[in-house]
Amino acid sequence: MGYRRVAIVGAGLTKFVRRAQETGPELSWQASKMALDSCSLRLKDVEMITLGSAPDGFDGVHMKGEYLLSGAGGSNKSYIRNFVGGGTGVFAPIHGWMHVASGACDVCLVVAEEKMSSCHPTPQGAFITIFDHTTEQPLKPTLIWIFALEMRRYMERYGLTRADIARVAVKNKKNAMDHPSAQVAGEYTVDDILNSEVLAEPVHRLDISPAGDGAAAVVLASEDVAKRLTDRPVWLDGVGWNLDTSYWATKDLYYPRYVEKAARMAYDMAGIKEPHKEIQVAEPYDPFDYKELHHMEGLLLCPRGEAARLTAEGYTARTGNLPTCPSGGALGVGNPIAATGLMKVIELFLQLRGEAGKRQIPGKPRVGVAQAWGDLMQVGTVVVCRS
Amino acid sequence: MNGRVAIIGIGTEGFSPVTPHLSFKELTYCAAVKAYRQAGLHPKEIDSFITASEDFMEGYSIFDEYVPDQMGAVMRPVHTVTAEFLQALGVGVMMINTARFKTIAVEAHSKASNIKTLHDVKAFALDPVYLRPLEEDAEFLAGLEMRRFLRDSGNTEEQCAQVVVKNRGNALLNPLAGHGAKLRVDDVMASGAVSTPLKRLDAAAAADGAVMVVLAAEDVARSLCANPVWVDGVSWFSAEGNPWSRDLGVANYAKLAARKAFAMAGKTVRDVDFAEVCDEYSYKELQHLESLGLARPGEAGYLTENGFTSLNGDLPVNASGGSLGVGHAFEASGGMKVVEAVLQLRGEAGAHQVKNARTGLVQSWRGVPTATGAVAILSNE
Repeated sequence: MGYRRVAIVGAGLTKFVRRAQETGPELSWQASKMALDSCSLRLKDVEMITLGSAPDGFDGVHMKGEYLLSGAGGSNKSYIRNFVGGGTGVFAPIHGWMHVASGACDVCLVVAEEKMSSCHPTPQGAFITIFDHTTEQPLKPTLIWIFALEMRRYMERYGLTRADIARVAVKNKKNAMDHPSAQVAGEYTVDDILNSEVLAEPVHRLDISPAGDGAAAVVLASEDVAKRLTDRPVWLDGVGWNLDTSYWATKDLYYPRYVEKAARMAYDMAGIKEPHKEIQVAEPYDPFDYKELHHMEGLLLCPRGEAARLTAEGYTARTGNLPTCPSGGALGVGNPIAATGLMKVIELFLQLRGEAGKRQIPGKPRVGVAQAWGDLMQVGTVVVCRS
Repeated sequence: MNGRVAIIGIGTEGFSPVTPHLSFKELTYCAAVKAYRQAGLHPKEIDSFITASEDFMEGYSIFDEYVPDQMGAVMRPVHTVTAEFLQALGVGVMMINTARFKTIAVEAHSKASNIKTLHDVKAFALDPVYLRPLEEDAEFLAGLEMRRFLRDSGNTEEQCAQVVVKNRGNALLNPLAGHGAKLRVDDVMASGAVSTPLKRLDAAAAADGAVMVVLAAEDVARSLCANPVWVDGVSWFSAEGNPWSRDLGVANYAKLAARKAFAMAGKTVRDVDFAEVCDEYSYKELQHLESLGLARPGEAGYLTENGFTSLNGDLPVNASGGSLGVGHAFEASGGMKVVEAVLQLRGEAGAHQVKNARTGLVQSWRGVPTATGAVAILSNE
């Protein structure tokens, strides 16, 4: 049976900022308008819309999808919100792929919005209720604690130091200096990262991406429509997602098996047999610096435990063999959660079209992978793009 | 399109006003086990899973975290839509139509009895800038809508009350229903105002429960299932997003979704033998019947009064008892109605079986303050 191929034909991205003046619907509108303008389409050309956004708790709005609907162009359309926690940003285009690949429509607008600043004093207030109400909430956990557990386990398993991991933050924050949407770009040294305030050992402030506000959007189209709209469609050739158990504390955190499962699903679909050789640009999710390493291994881009060494050798730099987070990633561009995932897919779109400007990696890359992660150490979402 | 899509297994738990003996995970587990057994599939043989849920109703910030284990879906492709069950069913149909998936499980549940402040949760759905400063209960919008609908259409409050009498009466025949009752129109009229003209008995009471439906591609359905129910058309639409700039008199989302679902199915309203439409509020059943084209504008109340929509009428509507009679299960309500339609089309509805059921229409709405809903056309042939 023939499969319908799906292409990205347009993209829009707002600035990522600590506190946007705009409301959530307004941010959604900005990104959607930019995406449609970029491929000379109007809202009336869009048949269906899927929007991704992380917890309603950030905004304090029940049924947040319905709240964002008018901004995302959903009035009088088939509109739906998809939601897999932190993995939502990369899942949103997967959801859009379902719309177009199924033949339900030829043009689908995919929007990802996040406004974390509404949550006072910090989004951690919304995160307390991600934990099990009986077994975990009484411990008053924070997200940073559980990442500290995971980072420590990862370091311990492979004998890594904080400095080995801090190089990721240095690289990504520097890469982000060339990204017009970036919130926390800068030139830092490994010592700067190591000496920033401790939050929960071994996690320090500069190991972490910041909370932020922002929105992203892409336009997906079927093959025949895409070829009419652009000479350089970027094909969404592989999609994969996977959700692990709710009981995160029962598993060994050193390796994200769910990311590997999601990656294998996407690689199988894209016909990729040897990802470490075939993938030319990668945008793994990097909300914490160790997470980029963790996810490179889960995405089968390098052997387990080798990601830190490869980073130190410059393998993942923009000029390296496998440029990784050339955008600047969550650590540099910022991390308004769902918007960040889609920002990574947009980075692939630009890199594969040769339109990434100062961030363009050499060698005319043709195949890239983007990934996000979320829930309680639990969900992996992966897309493979080809020019 | 890649062949047809069928429902090959259904499972429910509930529906009851309270379920102190079961957690939300156990509700889902019970429904899932029944659905998988009926489909003849182990969860390992299900290609992908979809849950329809809303964080605030669950009391968790990222409820997607808590869905896989009880569905047997750990380390599998699972995703959440913050939408109504019927929309999730539509996504499942899309996934099968990509030809990359053969079997999909769709789940939704309600544990409304765990929510201490349901009205506050509903109020959190109001726009924080334009509507929340009014400090109104979200149901004020239902009152406004009802008033506008009655004024524009000429239907009456008594005719709305007749919907309550019919649906809660039907529920007495449905073993899944939690709110069956023998009522008179006067009981409804005297039940006290919620938001005039909406009265207490015009609004469905909440229920706990869970629904799982297993979808399959045509070849799988024909090999596994003796009585598949086909999803001939399914569509979801949102009307004008902001309540303050929307025509409250009509359900445009239902109109748009019905048009597309009928087109997909290659059918018309004349093919519909019975309907399960959203009746979270009594007037909604009348409004939806008119917007779906199942009744002419202004006639739904008259048809209800004259028995056209009753169990033995020409077009039985909410033979299950609807949300008014079964209990409103929020995101799972459309699921309850899909289950009812499947039972009707298989001839397994027992005491509330309608005659000659070949094609059924199921419709859902997401409740105030939304104008989002879905329509599915199901058939057994």
